[in-house]
Amino acid sequence: MISAHLPVLQVILPLLSAPLCLLFRRTYPSWLVALIMSWASFAIAAILLGQVLTGEPISYLLGDWAAPWGIEYKVDVLAAFVLLLVSGIGAIIMLFAPGSIAAEIPEDRVYLFYTMYLLTFSGLLGMVITGDVFNLFVFLEISSLSTYVMISLGKSRRAMTAAFRYLVLGTVGATFYVIGVGFLYQMTGTLNMADVADKLPAVTETRTILVALGFLTVGIGLKLGLFPVHLWLPNAYTYAPSVVTAFLAATATKVAVYALLRIYFTVFDVEAIEAYPLDEALLLLGLAAIVSMSAVAIFQTDVKRLLAYSSVAQLGYMIIGISFLTITGLAAGVLHVFNHGLMKAALFMVIACVFLRIKSVKIEDMAGLGKSMPLTMAAFVLAGFSLIGIPLTVGFVSKWYLITASIEQSNWIVAALILFSSLLAVVYFWKVVEIAYFRPRNDGAAPISEAPALMLVPLWILVGANIFFGIHTDLTITSAMAAAQSLMEVGP
Amino acid sequence: MSRHSILRVVAKFMIPFIILFGLYVQFHGDFGPGGGFQAGVIIAAGFVLYGLIFGIENARKVVPAWATRVLLAFGVLLYGGTGVASFFLGGNFLGYNVLANDPVAGQHLGILLVEAGVGITVAATMMTLFFVFAGQDHE
Repeated sequence: MISAHLPVLQVILPLLSAPLCLLFRRTYPSWLVALIMSWASFAIAAILLGQVLTGEPISYLLGDWAAPWGIEYKVDVLAAFVLLLVSGIGAIIMLFAPGSIAAEIPEDRVYLFYTMYLLTFSGLLGMVITGDVFNLFVFLEISSLSTYVMISLGKSRRAMTAAFRYLVLGTVGATFYVIGVGFLYQMTGTLNMADVADKLPAVTETRTILVALGFLTVGIGLKLGLFPVHLWLPNAYTYAPSVVTAFLAATATKVAVYALLRIYFTVFDVEAIEAYPLDEALLLLGLAAIVSMSAVAIFQTDVKRLLAYSSVAQLGYMIIGISFLTITGLAAGVLHVFNHGLMKAALFMVIACVFLRIKSVKIEDMAGLGKSMPLTMAAFVLAGFSLIGIPLTVGFVSKWYLITASIEQSNWIVAALILFSSLLAVVYFWKVVEIAYFRPRNDGAAPISEAPALMLVPLWILVGANIFFGIHTDLTITSAMAAAQSLMEVGP
Repeated sequence: MSRHSILRVVAKFMIPFIILFGLYVQFHGDFGPGGGFQAGVIIAAGFVLYGLIFGIENARKVVPAWATRVLLAFGVLLYGGTGVASFFLGGNFLGYNVLANDPVAGQHLGILLVEAGVGITVAATMMTLFFVFAGQDHE
C-alpha cells in the first residue's frame, strides 16, 4: 500500500517533520528527526529511480483529482535522478551537521536550523517531483524562504545582509517566474506541465508566450545563479554557516537548473527554444560564466568565496550543455548537475572542518594544514581534482561528455574555452593546496588537531562517491542519457 | 493607554465580535467567501488590538509564547495529518472522499479540517509576527 504513495511521501515526510522540530526545541531530538527523515527520503528516491529506470514514469494524483485539474506529481528518470542527488546530499549532510553546527550556530537556535533545513529539503524535493507549474512556484517559495533564514543564522553580522540581498533578488526571481506562469495560463488555461505542452503549439507564435518565456528564463536564472544575475550567490555562500553552504551549493542551484530543463523541454520544446534564439544567448552566458568567474575565483582570499565563484563557473558548464539542444549536450548538463553536487558538497564540507579547527576560512590562515589535518586536506585535494576534471573522478566524466557534445557540433571554440576554464580551475585550486601543504604553520599559532571522526566519515563517503561514480559510470550515465532522451522527445 | 478610557471600553466591546466574525468566516468558508487564511488574520487582529490597547505584557499573558508556537506547528500538522489519514483510509494524499461514508460528507469533513489547520497556523503566525516586532522578544 505504502509503495503507491512513495511520490507524495518523498515530499511530506520532511514537510511534516519540520513542525515537530519546532515543538521539540532541543538540539538532539531535532537532529534525530532530520537525520531519519533525510535517510528515509534517500531510500524513497532510490526506490523511485529503480522503478522509473525499468518501467514507465510514475504519476500521482493529489487529492484524487484527475490530472489537468488537480495537482499531479510526476516522476520520470530526470526527476528521480535529481531527487536522488538532493536526498543523498541531505542524508550525508545530516550525518555531518552536528559537529559543525555546534560551533557555528548558538545552541538555542540549533533546532531552528533543523526546522528550516527540513523545510528547504522538502521544498527542493517538491520542486523536482511536481508536474504542475504553479505548484513548482509554491515549493520554490517554501525552499527559498527557509533558505534565507538558514543563511541569516550565520555567525558573522554580514550573514544578515547577505540573506537580505538574497531575499530581495530571490523574491524578484520567484515573482518573475510566477508572472511567466501567469502569461502561460492566460494563453493555455491550464497549469499542468503536460497539458500546457499540449496546448502551447497553437499559441507559440504570440508575443504573450515570448514574454512568458523571457520572464521564466530570467526568474529561474536568478535562482540558479546564472551569470550575470548571480550577484547574491558569493555573499550568501560566504556568510552562511558552513553546513548550510555545503547543502545549498550541492542542491538549491541544481534544482533551479532542473526547473529550467522542465520549462524548456517539458513545457516548451526544442523548436520553440531555437526559434527564440535562447540557445545562443545561453551559450554566450555560459561561456562568459566559465571564463570570467573562474578568473575572479583566482583573486579571492577567502576559500568559501573562492568556491562560491567557482560554483557560478560550474553552473556555466551545465548551461552550456543545455544550450547545445542535443542529446549528448543535455546528458552532459544533467550529468554535471549530479557530479557538481557531489564535488561541491565535499569541498564545502572540508571548509566546515577547517573552520571548526582554525576558526577562519582565509586562505593564508590555512598554512600548514596539510600536516596537521592530513585526512581533511586529502579530501580537499581529491574533491578538487574532481572539480578540475582529472580522470577517474566524476568531474572528468561530465567534462568529457560536455566536450564531446561541443565537438559533435564542430564547435571547437567552445571546447577550447572549456579546457581553458579548467586550467583556470587548476590555478585557483592550486593556490589553496600550495599554502596548505607547502607553507609551514605560522609561528606561535596554536596546534591544530584533525577534524572529529563523525565529520570525517561522511566527508570521505562523499569523496568516495566522487571517485566511485568516476569509475563506475553506469548508473549516472544511463540515467542522464535516459533523461536527455525523454526531454528531447517531449513536444511535437 | 491607561488614560484613554474610550479606547479601552470600545476595544473590550469589539474584541469578542472580531473573534466571532473570524469564526464565522472560518466556518462559513465552506459555503461562501472566506476560509482559514482570512479567518486566521481576523482572529489574530482581535488579539493584536488587545495588545495595542492593554500592552504587550498583558497580551502575552493571554497568549504566551509557548501557546503560539504550539498552535503554529499544530495547524500544519492538522493539515498534513488530514492528508495522511486519507491515504491510510485508501485514497490518495488529501483525497477527502474516503474520510466519511459518502464522498460528499468526506469532502466536507476534509475541507473543514484542512481550513481549521490553515486558520490556526495563520492566526498564530500573525500573532507571533506582531509580538516579535512590537515586544522585541526573542521567541
